[in-house]
Amino acid sequence: METTYNPMELMITVAARNLEDGAMVVVGTGVPVAAAMLAQMTQSPNLTIMFEAGGIAPLLPTMPISVGDSRTTHKGLKATSMAEIMELCQAGVVDYCFLGGAQIDKYGNLNSTMIGDDYNKPKTRFPGSGGANDLASLCWRTMVVTPQNQKRFANKVDFITTPGFLEGGTSRVEAGLPANTGPYKVITDIGVYGYHEESKAMMLLSLHPGKTLEDVKANAEFDIIIPENYETTVEPSAEELRILREKVDPSGVIIGRG
Amino acid sequence: MNDTKLNTGIGELFMSPNADEMRGFLRNKKKQMKNKLTTVAEAIDTYVNDGDYLAIGGFGGVRIPTALIHEIIRKEKKNLGFAGHVSTHDCQLLSAGKSFNRCDAAYIVGLEARGLSKNSRRMFESGNVKVTEWSNGALSWRFKAAAMGLPYLPSRVMLGTDTFKHSAAKEVECPFTGQKLAALPALYPDVAILHVHRADVYGNCQIDGILVADDDIAKASKRVIVTTEKIISNEEIRREPGKTVIPYWCVDAVIEMPFGSYPGNMPGEYFSDEEHLKDWLVAEKDEMQLEEFVGHHILSSKDFYEYLEKNGGMNKMKQLMQAEHLY
Repeated sequence: METTYNPMELMITVAARNLEDGAMVVVGTGVPVAAAMLAQMTQSPNLTIMFEAGGIAPLLPTMPISVGDSRTTHKGLKATSMAEIMELCQAGVVDYCFLGGAQIDKYGNLNSTMIGDDYNKPKTRFPGSGGANDLASLCWRTMVVTPQNQKRFANKVDFITTPGFLEGGTSRVEAGLPANTGPYKVITDIGVYGYHEESKAMMLLSLHPGKTLEDVKANAEFDIIIPENYETTVEPSAEELRILREKVDPSGVIIGRG
Repeated sequence: MNDTKLNTGIGELFMSPNADEMRGFLRNKKKQMKNKLTTVAEAIDTYVNDGDYLAIGGFGGVRIPTALIHEIIRKEKKNLGFAGHVSTHDCQLLSAGKSFNRCDAAYIVGLEARGLSKNSRRMFESGNVKVTEWSNGALSWRFKAAAMGLPYLPSRVMLGTDTFKHSAAKEVECPFTGQKLAALPALYPDVAILHVHRADVYGNCQIDGILVADDDIAKASKRVIVTTEKIISNEEIRREPGKTVIPYWCVDAVIEMPFGSYPGNMPGEYFSDEEHLKDWLVAEKDEMQLEEFVGHHILSSKDFYEYLEKNGGMNKMKQLMQAEHLY
C-alpha cells in the first residue's frame, strides 16, 4: 500500500474525520460525498447522508454524478422531495452541510454565481446557489472543502451567493438567519481553518504536514488569524487511504485530480 | 423585535403570485376523466406558446422530459420564461434552441460534477436573458406555495445575501415572533413538462424514487404535459392509490415515451449516458460544431425514437439499464 498521499486525499480524509457517528449531513457531489462515504466506512457507520434532491440515508455503492441520480437512494431509507430536505434543514434536524469549492471571503461567504462587476452582463456566469444558500442558511454547521489560493480566498467575493458570517460579528443573526448556525470549518490543501468566536473572521486551526505559515498567508488575499496555538494535521492513515482508494473512489475520479 | 428596515429583492417577478387568478382558472378547468393520450408533436403544438413560462420536472439530468424539450426546439418556440430549478441538461437544450429570454435561476449553466456548459454560459453572459436569482429551496417552496393556493410562503433562506438582493423575494416580519423572514412569491407556470415512470391514459401518475418538485409543479401549473415510461391501466392505479403523486385533473396530455429521460437517468430503469453528455459538452466549445451537433441529433430527427437510434438504440439502452442496476 502506497502511504504517500496527494493533497486531495488529505483534504477528503480530514473532512471525513469531522463527521462524527450519528450525525446528519447533506452533501454535494465530488469531495463532500467522498468524505461522507469515507466517514461512513471508518469511524461513523451511522452517519446519515442526505442529498438536496431528495435522497436520504443511502448505502452508496459508488459516488453519484448528480445529487439526484439513482445512487443517492441506493438501499436508502427514504426518497422524497427537495422541499422536504430543505424543510428538515429549516426545522433544525440536520447537523452539517458540506459545500464544495468556490470563491470564499474571510467570513466564509461563498460565491458560485458570477465573476464581474455588472450582474446584468457577467464576465463569467456560474450555476448560482443551487441548494448551497439554503443549506448554509439552515444547517447547524457549514463545512467547505476547497483548494486554497489568492483567487479563491478573496478579499471581497464578487457576489455573496451563500451566507457565511456576512460582515462578521453578529451580522448573520441580524440578517434573520437562524441563531447558532454558520460556517464551521474550511479544509484546504494547506490547512484547516475555523472562525474567531467574536469577530467571526477565519482563523488557522491546523497546518498540514510540510506546510508553513507563509503558505497560509501567500495563498489568501485577506489576513487569516494565526493564533498562538495551532495544531499539525494528522496524516491520513494507511487504512484511511486504503478505503478511500479501494472503496470510495476506485476509479480515481476525485482523488486522481491530486 | 428590532426596528431594522425590511429589504426587498430588486429582481423582476416574472409571474403574478396572485392565488385568486389560479383559483378562477381551476374552477373553470374541465376536470372529466377523459383519455388524454396524444403525441409529443401534438402536445407541444397545443399547449406550449411562444412567450409562455415553462417549468420542467425532474432534476436536470434525472427523470427529465427530453422528448418534449427536443420538440420545443424543433418547433422553434421562442421567448419562453423558465424556472432554473436545477436546470442542467435541460438548460443546455433550451440554450441550444435559444428558446428563452427570462429565467428564475437557482441552478443553471452547470452539469454538476460533469462541468459547465459553454453554450448555456454564452446564453447567460450575452446580456439578452433577464435573470432573477433564487436558491433551489426557494424555487421548490415557490412551487409549493402555488400548489397550496397561497400567494407566498415565508422562509429562512437567502437572507443577507446577494442571492436575495437579485431575487424578487421580500423580507417580512413574522406576526407572531417578530423574526425576520424571506417571503417567497408563489410561482404559477403557464405550462409544465414532466416525465414519470407510469401513468394511466387519464394522467394519474406514479413516480419511483425522488420526487424533486414534480408533485408541486403539477399542481402549480396551468397546463401539464406528461411523458411516461409506460402506460398502465386505471385498475392498476386504483389498486394502490397511495402511489398516485400527480392526479388526473392536473394533467392535460399523456404520451407514452419509453427511455424518455435519455440521456438522463431514470431511477430504477436506466442510468445516464455519460458518453453522450460528454459529447454535448465537447460540441458546445464551438458554435458551428454545436449547430451541426444539434442539427444531427435533434432537428433532423423526425422523433425521439430516431434520436435514440442515432445514439445506439436498444443496444445502448440495454447497457444503460445494466449500468442502472450496477451489473
